Amino acid sequence: MSGVWWAVLATCVGCYALKLAGLSAPRRMLDHPGVQRFAALVPVALLAALIAVQTFAHGQSLHVDWPRTAGLGAAVVALLLRAPFLVVLAAAAVVTAALRWLTA
Amino acid sequence: METTTRSSAIRDGLGVGIAVGLAGLAFGATAVTAGLSVAQACVLSLFAFTGASQFAMVGVVAGGGNLVAGTAGALLLGIRNGLYGLRMADLLGARGRRRFPMAHGVIDETTAVALAQPDRESARTGFLVTFASLYLTWNATTLAGAAGTSWVADPALLGLDVVGPATFLAILWPRLTGGGAETRTPRLIAACGAAVALAATPFTPPGVPVLIAAVAVLAVILRRPR
Repeated sequence: MSGVWWAVLATCVGCYALKLAGLSAPRRMLDHPGVQRFAALVPVALLAALIAVQTFAHGQSLHVDWPRTAGLGAAVVALLLRAPFLVVLAAAAVVTAALRWLTA
Repeated sequence: METTTRSSAIRDGLGVGIAVGLAGLAFGATAVTAGLSVAQACVLSLFAFTGASQFAMVGVVAGGGNLVAGTAGALLLGIRNGLYGLRMADLLGARGRRRFPMAHGVIDETTAVALAQPDRESARTGFLVTFASLYLTWNATTLAGAAGTSWVADPALLGLDVVGPATFLAILWPRLTGGGAETRTPRLIAACGAAVALAATPFTPPGVPVLIAAVAVLAVILRRPR
């Protein structure tokens, strides 16, 4: 079995275990202020880091992929205009594809 | 009265479930663009069933990244669901064996719909309707997106590589906008997280910079007394 399959299975088992742990855990854990701050802020750090890396990193080197960066810019514009989720994703993909096509 | 709140819970659940479920198209496309097989994309949607973690894991594979780091990033994002479970257990009456199938549905969207309902009965209805409609739509569109993309010679030409980061941006956006004091800390944390991850990129294998960013930010949060 390939490494990717192991990662897929570990992600599946782990994600389900985390959901089940929440439903089974003692309620008083929720009263702990550290738990609440952790829950609110860790996803923010992770998501921002993922956006940065997936936009500007290529393996271990950093470079600006202009069509991809412009696509993300289009997503920002769509979000500012309060567009629905799927419109945001479509705007990003269309701008990136158009720029690649124009510069190819 | 009771029937109107229940039918509004059903309406909320179907609306959120189907709209968000369509994003499975983006997940399927991103997964295959990253190099996963159609089967691997579908297994993730069936059994992990939590969008942000799925996109995170696939994103690391796309960068040729360390698979352990990719899995760890997905699980860090999945902790959020555990915390939803803490809040939802009483509301759902998830006790004994019933909690095993119910647990699978405890994610961002189902929690949001359930907590928005005025009473317990409609909260439970909202949860179940959102779970069912989102699960069916998300898995059907994952298959469609993955199978469709596997026929495309070069997905980058369709701009599909930007869908992953754009998805994260759309998830993160409401936390950063709106102004006021409560968005100041998330904005600072988002900026630091992105900066740390980029700074770590040249020195660590792909996938690891994201974890370093999360841990660094976490250390700052926990040290600051509040």
